Amino acid sequence: MILAGCDGDRTWRLQDYVARGGYAALRRIVAEKIPQDTIIGELKTSVLRGRGGAGFPTGLKWSFMPRSFPGDKYLACNSDEGEPGTFKDRDILRYNPHSVIEGMAIAAYAMGAARGYNYIHGEIFEVYQRFEEALAEARAAGLIGQNILGSDFSFELFAHHGYGAYICGEETALLESIEGKKGQPRFKPPFPASYGLYGKPTTINNTETFASVPFIMNMGGEAFLNLGKPNNGGMKLFSVSGHVNRPGNYEIPLGTPFSELLEMAGGMRGGRKLKAVIPGGSSAPVVPGSVMMDCTMDYDSISKAGSMLGSGAVIVMDETTCMVKALERLSYFYFEESCGQCTPCREGTGWLYRVVHRIENGLGRPDDLDLLNSVTANIMGRTICALGDAASMPVQSFVKHFGAEFEYHIENKKCLVPPEVQRAGSQIYVSPSC
Amino acid sequence: MLSQESLQQIDREIAKYPSDQKQSAVMAALRIAQVEKGWLPKELIEFVARYLDMPPIAAFEVASFYNMYDLHPVGRHKITVCTNLPCALSGGVHAGEYLRQKLGIGFNETTPDGKFTLKEGECMGACGDAPVLLVNNHHMCSWMTTEKIDQMLADLDKK
Repeated sequence: MILAGCDGDRTWRLQDYVARGGYAALRRIVAEKIPQDTIIGELKTSVLRGRGGAGFPTGLKWSFMPRSFPGDKYLACNSDEGEPGTFKDRDILRYNPHSVIEGMAIAAYAMGAARGYNYIHGEIFEVYQRFEEALAEARAAGLIGQNILGSDFSFELFAHHGYGAYICGEETALLESIEGKKGQPRFKPPFPASYGLYGKPTTINNTETFASVPFIMNMGGEAFLNLGKPNNGGMKLFSVSGHVNRPGNYEIPLGTPFSELLEMAGGMRGGRKLKAVIPGGSSAPVVPGSVMMDCTMDYDSISKAGSMLGSGAVIVMDETTCMVKALERLSYFYFEESCGQCTPCREGTGWLYRVVHRIENGLGRPDDLDLLNSVTANIMGRTICALGDAASMPVQSFVKHFGAEFEYHIENKKCLVPPEVQRAGSQIYVSPSC
Repeated sequence: MLSQESLQQIDREIAKYPSDQKQSAVMAALRIAQVEKGWLPKELIEFVARYLDMPPIAAFEVASFYNMYDLHPVGRHKITVCTNLPCALSGGVHAGEYLRQKLGIGFNETTPDGKFTLKEGECMGACGDAPVLLVNNHHMCSWMTTEKIDQMLADLDKK
């Protein structure tokens, strides 16, 4: 859908998007003066759920905006994609940037927002530059700016470039960052819909969520819903990384069996055996391979398997993976990226990392697994934002499903998977199709 | 303290935000300043703060919070390699080892000739392109085999 008909770096410009049917939805909405409630109603029918990770229904979120509020209202697009395993928004922005611009313009119309910002991840400066170019094209064509397409609807849209902070993917940290501050999350409530950017009502959606909106407006909410399965409307981009033959983005209907997605990604690298999958980005609980093979890729199925669909980032690990080492790397990430505001997260993430690190390095103690569980229990639910939970869930799930491997480490002071096997399994691998 | 061109770029960033919210441009202004000067000494951060009518400490908070700002001098080319889990499964750690061996330095070190600084980075949102390197914060290099790393280092060496 979003990436259908896109040909890499060659077809991202305005004329290409228009040739694919782009901006038809915005034109129709503006020309026919379609009521705001109709648009929000269509989104509710589509059961589009937030593609950034939380899966919150988009139509419902939009209905929280106080449309009658007379002052400034803002939109923000969350393209601060830094969750390990996730790399879909980068492809949407570089291969189909106008779908995001059109989606945001429709959102602005539906919620009465006059200004928006797209917050783009620091490490993808080249993509930020391309989005700026796309914005210039849209502005020149009268698709954003004052009196869009000659109507009385105006919407200014700008790109804001991050500079390296995972936490800014948290929506209130993102707002702080646009305000020119450290990206430290705000306490909620008040929620952004009442107190957002510069203290004004603000709605924040993920890149893929906005990009889906024009398609929903064109095909209708019902048709979009039917692409997926009940309560899990539409198509979704899945970023597949790790031990597969063809890592990359795959846009498939929600509800597609995991086994089919794995096949699309070329199957397991070297024909090795699937060990575990993190199905929704590094913050989602790990799922053993055998359980995963019975799952379909949608919010409800993955939730039933004890994890989260999250951002749709599927990290595939084969039998050469040492689960302790894998967790050690993830735990270091959360320790590094904790913003330091809340004590349980600031201290707890460091504690988790140090304990996993010592287990991996043969210095684990018999009660370390209990200690890990106790530390996570004292982080979860006791912090302003979800980073503390995000750091805890991998630890809990790795220990739960692969506890024997951790115990082996503690008792034998070495990995269950021999180091040379691990080394061979994590060699530099580039798919021949790249 | 900054060139006319940099100041013009900063002015374009300021124009993106409401007129009473100049501070919103601080991230971009620090980036532009860093591109011109190579890193962000204290005086430069203070200059940016004054330019945006914000307290210097608030600009320093931003410069020290986001990890792509360099508060200490770096080599002419800063190479950041992602070693996070998804990249590591496809050779990110090996790419880092290869770079350390080729350059003869460890992470967070600079070659004696001042040409290269090597850093270990966190997720760049490009896991499908592993191994991934970032050159001077702004140029992403995908699918970096040892041959491509050799070529990249040779190209950078000439610059």
